[in-house]
Amino acid sequence: MFKKLALSAVAALGLFSGSAFAAGEGGHVEDFDFSFEGPFGAYDQAQLQRGLQIFTEVCSACHGLKFVPLRTLSDEGGPGIPEDQVRAYAAQNFEVFDAELDDTRPATPTDHFPANTGVGAPDLSLMAKARAGFHGPYGTGLSQLFNGMGGAEYIASVLTGYTGETKVEAGTTFYENHAFSTGWIAMAPPLSGEDVEFADGHSNELHHEAQDIAAFLMWTAEPKMMARKHAGFVGVLFLTLLSVLLYLTNKRIWRPIKYKPE
Amino acid sequence: MAGIPHDHYEPKTGVETWVHKRLPIVGLLYDTIMIPTPKNLNWMWIWGIVLTFCLALQIITGIVLVMHYTPHVDMAFASVEHIMRDVNGGFMLRYLHANGASLFFVAVYAHIFRGLYYGSYKAPREITWIIGMLIYLAMMGTAFMGYVLPWGQMSFWGATVITGLFGAIPFIGEPIQTWLLGGPAVDNATLNRFFSLHYLLPFVIAALVAVHIWAFHTTGNNNPTGVEVRRTSKADAEKDTVPFWPYYVIKDLFALAVILAVFFAIVGFMPNYLGHPDNYVEANPLATPAHIVPEWYFLPFYAILRAFTSEVWVVQIASFLTGGIVDAKFFGVLAMFGAIIAMALAPWLDTSSVRSGKYRPQFKWWFWLLVIDFIALMWLGAMPAEEPYASFSLIGAAYWFGYFFVILPLLGVIEKPLPVPATIEEDFDAHYGTSSDKGATASHPAE
Repeated sequence: MFKKLALSAVAALGLFSGSAFAAGEGGHVEDFDFSFEGPFGAYDQAQLQRGLQIFTEVCSACHGLKFVPLRTLSDEGGPGIPEDQVRAYAAQNFEVFDAELDDTRPATPTDHFPANTGVGAPDLSLMAKARAGFHGPYGTGLSQLFNGMGGAEYIASVLTGYTGETKVEAGTTFYENHAFSTGWIAMAPPLSGEDVEFADGHSNELHHEAQDIAAFLMWTAEPKMMARKHAGFVGVLFLTLLSVLLYLTNKRIWRPIKYKPE
Repeated sequence: MAGIPHDHYEPKTGVETWVHKRLPIVGLLYDTIMIPTPKNLNWMWIWGIVLTFCLALQIITGIVLVMHYTPHVDMAFASVEHIMRDVNGGFMLRYLHANGASLFFVAVYAHIFRGLYYGSYKAPREITWIIGMLIYLAMMGTAFMGYVLPWGQMSFWGATVITGLFGAIPFIGEPIQTWLLGGPAVDNATLNRFFSLHYLLPFVIAALVAVHIWAFHTTGNNNPTGVEVRRTSKADAEKDTVPFWPYYVIKDLFALAVILAVFFAIVGFMPNYLGHPDNYVEANPLATPAHIVPEWYFLPFYAILRAFTSEVWVVQIASFLTGGIVDAKFFGVLAMFGAIIAMALAPWLDTSSVRSGKYRPQFKWWFWLLVIDFIALMWLGAMPAEEPYASFSLIGAAYWFGYFFVILPLLGVIEKPLPVPATIEEDFDAHYGTSSDKGATASHPAE
């Protein structure tokens, strides 16, 4: 009885995850390998820094990151850029409106990345959690148990998924993209390969760039992932230990009840 | 507490006597914690502790989250991100609270189906069962309103769809919906009242839990045999029971630790698995998501709601008989609430003289079919409203009602139950035996 119901509960948990029915069904999402996957996966700092560079030089023309404080760029679990460099980066790249000055001023680490609503492009702060890459089988979402939600994979797949075809509908140009749910996306291909030069000489081919920016956006969406996995690991470890101790205690106290002496 | 005869608290020192004469609170706690409990309870009797833990977890994490959350349509979404990014340990608090709701419902469904299998709802435990159903309803209300608070797309559109159900009530529906929302559509007034009620209802649940425990401590726990504890004398009762402390406290804590290890793995390694990605998009009244899907724990009843379309003949008959007052939408709403009311009526629908499903050979099959039906409806509730899912939902909904209104009453008449053990002790000894026939005198490995 217990086993059957427990199994049912587990099956229910697995089968009916709401995330299985996310927006973006239909597109083909490639299962890229990211360093942060799995219970012990961690962000690759060099990759996050490359992603930041791509965001700054390319994406930020149209997209904002309004929920991300600039100071978090120096977080240990994130890009880990030294504070003085973050200060310089903020001042050089972004202007913010200051209500006290009633004017704009260069950004400081205490500011957030600015919002960017110029061309109606969505904010990217949470994009890697707002899309799921994997849905199957049969819409049950079970594949997410093994592959993860696939938000970063979705982003990298869209960036590499352009076919080169375009069409114009109601005055808007759409670009064919086999990772996008409807197959046609309004965003012109933002990356084509060799869009940025990395100081460390890392490859700037399209699929490398796409993975770097996807990893960076996973970090902007889930900046505390390292701390979270650590807490989860410690929790599981101690609770397992506690379970063993309680199991033995339970066996011991029930023994005289179950096998009472004659 | 009344009920099974057992030793009561006797104040020993002067101070204890002084307090006891004025407020017998220590006695109350002693009687509660030392309550004689059937000694044959199996592992399905652990969910009560898990549920109590969930309520405490949700209240504690919730109180801290409220310290950092802002219930305003322009700031709610950003304040949740503030919790995730700036508040110390905030990401953990929020993920514990969000996944805690799922653990709560896993446990409550296991607890309810345990009750259905072992006939825990039957006399004299009807009030325990009804209070339990009220707790379940309050949980659903709390969870639904809590899901609206982050003010994501699914929050907003879920609130729009669910409050729209009240709008389906003939004549008075629309004024009720407006009254619930505090305006013509889901907006700041809605968010504020949902926040207020989301904070209030858990304390209502806590009070109902106290009454739930009071009720079953009066009747005594049910147990896998469904045979009552002997109350003829204290000596007889002691043959059938063990005190709750330490026997069940330790057993339940062990089960809780195992369940929490799994829970922490989900919170730590895949905290968004049970959520919906659309809820990381801020609410936008002008953009409807492709699919509006409720949280997994609502899906079976959501499937029943959607099963009754205007093409179903029952709906057409109802519509014809009422001159169109009961349309498909209202019928669906009635069916959804009816599905829960059907469960609440189980004590009066089940006519069998045998309490536990263990001794009911035919009942067992129908019961497991109901479990499968429930899981199938859960899957169907998440599927788009089209064929073949619509027809399957209708079959699933029909079985749900058929189980409670046809099968339970009929089985009691036509089924021939197996012999039931005379006492709990007899059943327990048949399972474990005594030391002589089990060779259990060998020393325990831990000793």
